[in-house]
Amino acid sequence: MDLFEYQARDLFAKHGVPVLDGDVIETPEAARAIAERFGGRAVVKAQVKVGGRGKAGGVKLAADPADAVAKAEAILGMDIKGHTVNKVMLAQTADIKEEYYVSFLLDRTNRTFLAMASVEGGVEIEVVAEENPDALAKIPVDANEGCTPAKAAEIVAAAKFPAEIADQVADVLVKLWKVFIAEDALLVEVNPLIKSGDGKIIALDGKVSLDENAEFRQPHHAELEDKAAANPLEAAAKAKGLNYVKLDGEVGIIGNGAGLVMSTLDVVAYAGEEHGGVKPANFLDIGGGASAEVMANGLEIILGDPDVKSVFVNVFGGITACDAVANGIVQALALLEEKGEAVTKPLVVRLDGNNAELGRKILTDANHPLVQQVDTMDGAAARAAELANK
Amino acid sequence: MAIFLTKDSKVIVQGMTGSEGMKHTRRMLASGTQIVGGVNPRKAGTTVDVDGTEVPVFGSVAEAIKETGADVTVIFVPPKFTKDAVVEAIDAEIGLAVVITEGVPVHDSAAFWAYAGTKGNKTRIIGPNCPGLISPGQSNAGIIPADITTTGPIGLVSKSGTLTYQLMYELRDLGFSSAVGIGGDPVIGTTHIDALAAFEADPETKIIVMIGEIGGDAEERAAAYIAEHVTKPVVGYVAGFTAPEGKTMGHAGAIVSGSSGTAQAKKEALEAAGVKVGKTPSETARLARELIAK
Repeated sequence: MDLFEYQARDLFAKHGVPVLDGDVIETPEAARAIAERFGGRAVVKAQVKVGGRGKAGGVKLAADPADAVAKAEAILGMDIKGHTVNKVMLAQTADIKEEYYVSFLLDRTNRTFLAMASVEGGVEIEVVAEENPDALAKIPVDANEGCTPAKAAEIVAAAKFPAEIADQVADVLVKLWKVFIAEDALLVEVNPLIKSGDGKIIALDGKVSLDENAEFRQPHHAELEDKAAANPLEAAAKAKGLNYVKLDGEVGIIGNGAGLVMSTLDVVAYAGEEHGGVKPANFLDIGGGASAEVMANGLEIILGDPDVKSVFVNVFGGITACDAVANGIVQALALLEEKGEAVTKPLVVRLDGNNAELGRKILTDANHPLVQQVDTMDGAAARAAELANK
Repeated sequence: MAIFLTKDSKVIVQGMTGSEGMKHTRRMLASGTQIVGGVNPRKAGTTVDVDGTEVPVFGSVAEAIKETGADVTVIFVPPKFTKDAVVEAIDAEIGLAVVITEGVPVHDSAAFWAYAGTKGNKTRIIGPNCPGLISPGQSNAGIIPADITTTGPIGLVSKSGTLTYQLMYELRDLGFSSAVGIGGDPVIGTTHIDALAAFEADPETKIIVMIGEIGGDAEERAAAYIAEHVTKPVVGYVAGFTAPEGKTMGHAGAIVSGSSGTAQAKKEALEAAGVKVGKTPSETARLARELIAK
């Protein structure tokens, strides 16, 4: 889960990383009191989870409290690369002398953590890495040893920070590592880390991404979720414990196992090339069990998607036998009809693997008018695409 | 022969007395796996009746090894206890730890992986968030259905459980030496490359099927390894061509970040290394079949 800048700033402050005073607001008028608290001047920053907001006009300097209200009004509601600005952060102004870059992140390739640091901050770090790779220091950090003061000093030296601020930057790194560990982050990034006119090192802007697998020990992370931006179908699926991602197409997909469902999306997209360009409407993995209840929950979400024209249920019976899955489908349809949900979209079902013939017979005997069976994944995908193109 | 797991493997189960652990212990035993014990400090000294087989419960992995000569552990404990369970297995220097648990925080996986390194990598780790591995007709450590196929010339390594089952099913008449589900998390123990190296060295394995998916660069690195070190024919499949950027697709590691981790890049890297890459799982099975017929 990626956080907004103001949320990153709050986590930085919580663990002692030096930041400027700031506050987040959702209405322009609220800007006035905050700007007054800062002594009049303030930076008004759009809160969006996308880069390049400055160039898009999403960051403005306000000269006084009235101007802060005007700037907040101009920025709230703006569209930045498809992201609507619902919140702005007001921050104290800074006297920027130098801009640096520091981060900790997961290095998947080497299965370790990595510190990155550069004295060329304030620009996109990908650009620095591309154009001047020597200016970006990359130092592995052992997950169990962590970023000790000695490791921080090594990073600072590798990135060639000036001697007069070396200790301050090392101290920021140790505290930023605390954020990384204590919050179960996948990324903590400060860009820019600035040196102010009076020689202080301050984290001016930051990015944090959190590990959703750690939610069981990070209960407060649930509050950081951006519920306003969540797709309503995704939110409904999450509430039911389903692994669902909304996509742009017309063919609803239900399958078991993440890999098989990803594969199903691809196979449907290929089949769609022959059928008016229809595409998968979602990713939905109902897991190994595929009980009637889970199947009903999944079908309810998918049939509730107005974009869906046909549904492809693609199940491989591994541990779960296909007869159980077939019974699950029949019961799920009955459950939905009992609840008064109009099941009006055609379902193409492909069952394969353990007890597949028994499962197919159960569906044949149930003889539901909307359910069709195709025995192969590729054939079923073609049929579902064809039905979605009608 | 087979890789990592044979008929002689002596398997213990950490978390055997939980519901998932018990269900799969029963299945592993039924498929002929030598299950020699379970580990649960609170139930040490007792035995559990698993469909007529008395399985002893030990207080620790070290004790289980001492008493039974176990060389494989399958871990079913919940995410919050997984790191400690793996660290215990590493400390006991067991040869193979198969981590089935899904939902392990990546800081915990990175920590036990780093710990295994400082202890000299005496324990091979598979997973987490994986279905385990099977050497059909010999032994089954994890949750892969044992009755799909029999022993044969194909070696399979995959990030995905159900795609493993799908390919095993499509090629069930030919059979498999071993099938290894390495898992779809961002940090995993055994990689595609480790399995490729083992299949290359295994005389019974004639061809290798490699299944990948979006996220990270493991498939690209596997492709480079194949080009340099693998002489046996390799057939590949990559899932996730239609996955949008920035969305996690079921597996914690299955995410396209910016332009990195795309299925297209992985397919191209594999093809450049001479790997035949199927467009669908069924086409992948057909390609494997053609290569075996040669």
